[in-house]
Amino acid sequence: MALRKLPNRTQARVFSRRTALMGLGQAALTMTLVGRLYYLQVLQADKYRLLADENRINLRLLPPSRGLIYDRFGLALADNYPNYRAMLVAEQTSNLARTLDDFSALVPLSERERAKIMKELSRVRAFTPIPVKEDLDWDQVSAVELNLPDLPGISIEVDQKRVYPFAGIAAHMLGYVGAPNEDDLQQDNDPLLSLPGIRMGKNGLEKQYEHPLRGQAGQSELEVNSVGRVIRELAREEGTPGKDLVTSLDIGLQQFVQQRLSAEFSGAAVVMDIYNGDILAMASTPTFDPAAFYRGLTASEWQALMSDQYRPLTNKAIAGQFAPGSTFKIATAIAAQQVGVTPAFNVFCPGFYQLGNMRFHCWKKEGHGHLDMPGALQNSCDVYFYELSRTIGIDAIAVGARELGLGDVAGIDLPGERPGVIPDRAWKKATMGESWHQGETLINGIGQGFVLATPLQLCTMASRVANGGYAVKPHLFRAADPQKADGPSPYPKMKLEDSWLQTVRDGMDRVCNVVHGTAYQARIPIPGMEMAGKTGSAQVRRITMAERAVGVRKNESLPWKERDHALFVAFAPVHEPRYACCVVIEHGGGGALYAGPIARDIMIETQRRDPARRNPNNEGGRREMP
Amino acid sequence: MTLGYQFGSSGRERMRWREKIAHISWPIVFLIGCVASIGFATLYSAAHGSADPWMDRQIARFAAGAAMMFAVAMIDLKTLMRFAYPCYLVSIVLLIWVDFAGQVGMGAQRWIDLGPVQLQPSEIMKVTIVLTLARYFHGLSYEDVGRPLSLVIPIVLVLVPAGLVLKQPDLGTAGMLMMVAAAIFVVVGVRWWKFALVLALGIGAAYYAWNSPHILHDYQKARIMTFMDPESDLQGSGYHIMQSKIALGSGAMWGKGFLQGTQSHLDFLPERQTDFIFTMFAEEFGMVGSLVLLSLYVLLVIYGTVIALRSKTQFGRLLAFGLSFNLFCYFFINTAMVMGLIPVVGVPLPLISYGGTVMMTVLIAFGLIMSVNIHRDQRIGRRLGNEDT
Repeated sequence: MALRKLPNRTQARVFSRRTALMGLGQAALTMTLVGRLYYLQVLQADKYRLLADENRINLRLLPPSRGLIYDRFGLALADNYPNYRAMLVAEQTSNLARTLDDFSALVPLSERERAKIMKELSRVRAFTPIPVKEDLDWDQVSAVELNLPDLPGISIEVDQKRVYPFAGIAAHMLGYVGAPNEDDLQQDNDPLLSLPGIRMGKNGLEKQYEHPLRGQAGQSELEVNSVGRVIRELAREEGTPGKDLVTSLDIGLQQFVQQRLSAEFSGAAVVMDIYNGDILAMASTPTFDPAAFYRGLTASEWQALMSDQYRPLTNKAIAGQFAPGSTFKIATAIAAQQVGVTPAFNVFCPGFYQLGNMRFHCWKKEGHGHLDMPGALQNSCDVYFYELSRTIGIDAIAVGARELGLGDVAGIDLPGERPGVIPDRAWKKATMGESWHQGETLINGIGQGFVLATPLQLCTMASRVANGGYAVKPHLFRAADPQKADGPSPYPKMKLEDSWLQTVRDGMDRVCNVVHGTAYQARIPIPGMEMAGKTGSAQVRRITMAERAVGVRKNESLPWKERDHALFVAFAPVHEPRYACCVVIEHGGGGALYAGPIARDIMIETQRRDPARRNPNNEGGRREMP
Repeated sequence: MTLGYQFGSSGRERMRWREKIAHISWPIVFLIGCVASIGFATLYSAAHGSADPWMDRQIARFAAGAAMMFAVAMIDLKTLMRFAYPCYLVSIVLLIWVDFAGQVGMGAQRWIDLGPVQLQPSEIMKVTIVLTLARYFHGLSYEDVGRPLSLVIPIVLVLVPAGLVLKQPDLGTAGMLMMVAAAIFVVVGVRWWKFALVLALGIGAAYYAWNSPHILHDYQKARIMTFMDPESDLQGSGYHIMQSKIALGSGAMWGKGFLQGTQSHLDFLPERQTDFIFTMFAEEFGMVGSLVLLSLYVLLVIYGTVIALRSKTQFGRLLAFGLSFNLFCYFFINTAMVMGLIPVVGVPLPLISYGGTVMMTVLIAFGLIMSVNIHRDQRIGRRLGNEDT
């Protein structure tokens, strides 16, 4: 028995020893587990916490509402309207086709729309809402809302759309918004722009003030599961809505100006406050509907807009460069006095001017006889200004013109302003590589030849003459404190003596208010509202000697493209000026005949409304005629 | 029958029921209760704070399993030995049946549908293999073990079920069967050089298979590589293990709190109620919770091993040791797998993972361990029925 038990004891001893060994092995393995846990849950905890949050948290941008654009009296020119959309969540309906059928019984869906929905549905997960129909009207919204129990999966969502209540009335200034393109996304890395459906300013004020108008995107932190279904919202940070923009426009006046101008094929008009530079109205015709850009233009619509010879998309008030014609004589007159010529400077006009073997004609074949400076302005005598220009030279003219704001952008807060051209010797050398001819001095002295100016620049020129020589600059953004508007001009006084300006103002007064003035027909006969102005008819073709011999053809008999530009600059009231105005009718014909009456009507309306001094909305509308 | 006095320390022929119950190792019962409760709570959380569909059924299984555990604990070792080979045969038959007629469930494990109960024979095999090997080696002396021929039978006993399980293909169970068998081979005293030889042969064979152009296709090699290193394939099989590591790591020291695990509740974690349940628990209770759970398992293994050491019969020793080691393999493979230490092989976490067969077999295994404890002084001869030897 004892012998037999011996091996059994060996067995037990071996078992104990080897079990202890195995225990050590197990302990080692268990420590590996503990070490691994320590590594994962302590050393790497931050990394994995971040990964877990990346897994479950989805950031979604909340688009801020875009700032509104108002006129000076608080009427919205660019507004946000609710855009009602029908959304569909596929997983919430058992019968997709039936839901869509029932829906289209309430809101008609075209075959194309249905195909688009089906395509979209195949791309996204069943719980992702997709748009079924945009921009539902109120009746459709209520019909859908009423039938929601029978439309499983359908819901109504609201976001905002940009609306321009005045449509084409201020389209060139307001501009429009559209979906950002590749270039926009590259230049601007605001993540907001990558949101589907977002629109950004593409032109006009919408573009100029894009950043303040846009605002800051908010953010919603969503918890999602492994397939992306939203479980709940963890945090929400509302964005900052865009800032509202109050402009200096008087939309009532704007409406009048735009409509008054729209009888013409193509033209522009600007009305501004001569002291503070407020643009009260700025029209360009033909105009366009900014809503078309919001929904997106079709290729043919775009083609039609681009190929239109009247260039509806161009804001001709700031980007249309015209030869200023006789309106430039204002600048020449100032420039002459600047270099010491007195208003009494006298020239005899026989109807033409001989320079060497070249003959320059006055617009009046018979001649004007003896004229001083105001008289020359009153009659717009070309010969007088030929002589004046030759006397002072082109460089002196350029200095005076630039002082009045020509030859460079006026600096209005709109994109796309053009600088125009004020030539001098250096300019010609630089651009054409040729030296200056004296004959060119004569031509440019009366606003022909190389000289180009925008209607806005001409209006600024008139303002600076009328306000007593302050370097006023036009702008659309309304100063925060409207009370300041009536105070002294906030702009620096220019190096122009008031007597020089007075000479020009006298001449402009006589243009309108003296019987033989070139614009007497277009005068304002209302006492206290009289305006002073200057006509301009800028030739766009060369009149040959042969044609002159048989008689210069009337503008009306020429094709549109060959007619003169009709221009008129004015300020009013003549003895206590407040408003300046410039009207340019592209290829309109004679300035006195075509631009003058428009300017007259605009100045009457401006003074009736008197927007710089009063709020017609508060005080019962326009001023009655005395 | 004179030697019948060797039964029990008191020398009585049979232990009384009262005595048996008094010898039940209540600390083990308490530890089992703790682990199972953690399991219930985790299943409650896995269902987003609901007893349905997992926790209530798991509790019912646990109750049934516990009853079986106590019943098994009452059976004396001799009876257990008598049943060892028949149990083994039944398990083999079930394995063959499941290989041909079974249904594929989650992962690779196959089960037999018996109406209300679904049986996973591979889980049953994990217990019966220990029982069988204990039975076999009980009949061998230390010198017998030294003879190479005596190892042929137990190797066959292991390889047959391992092969059948591998065919399912359930790599985890096959591996566990081999590991547990190897552990038993170690403690019965199989000479070390034999292990060294087998290991060397195995490595050589694997090396040859890998480098020979005729045995494995490139795509098979690629699959093996992905299996060994799932993180090289983050879009496919690596995704789950990555999500598991994120869940574990983000749980950090104190965890995200009960019902607060984001990875598990938002479905980033796969199989959160079965194989990856440890991850779910660790995400919500952090490193502290994980260590507590691991400690409970370690205590259970230590307890079982101590019972093995205290048993007076080789059968009892091997049975208790084998089953304790089995438990160690369960929780080690499962946790190492979800921590990304070893490839994902589909081994459940005992007492916690949702699943009926595992719950039953693990509790029966504890019943067997407890039986060894209760009958630790019972002596059995080399050959059953002849206590004389």
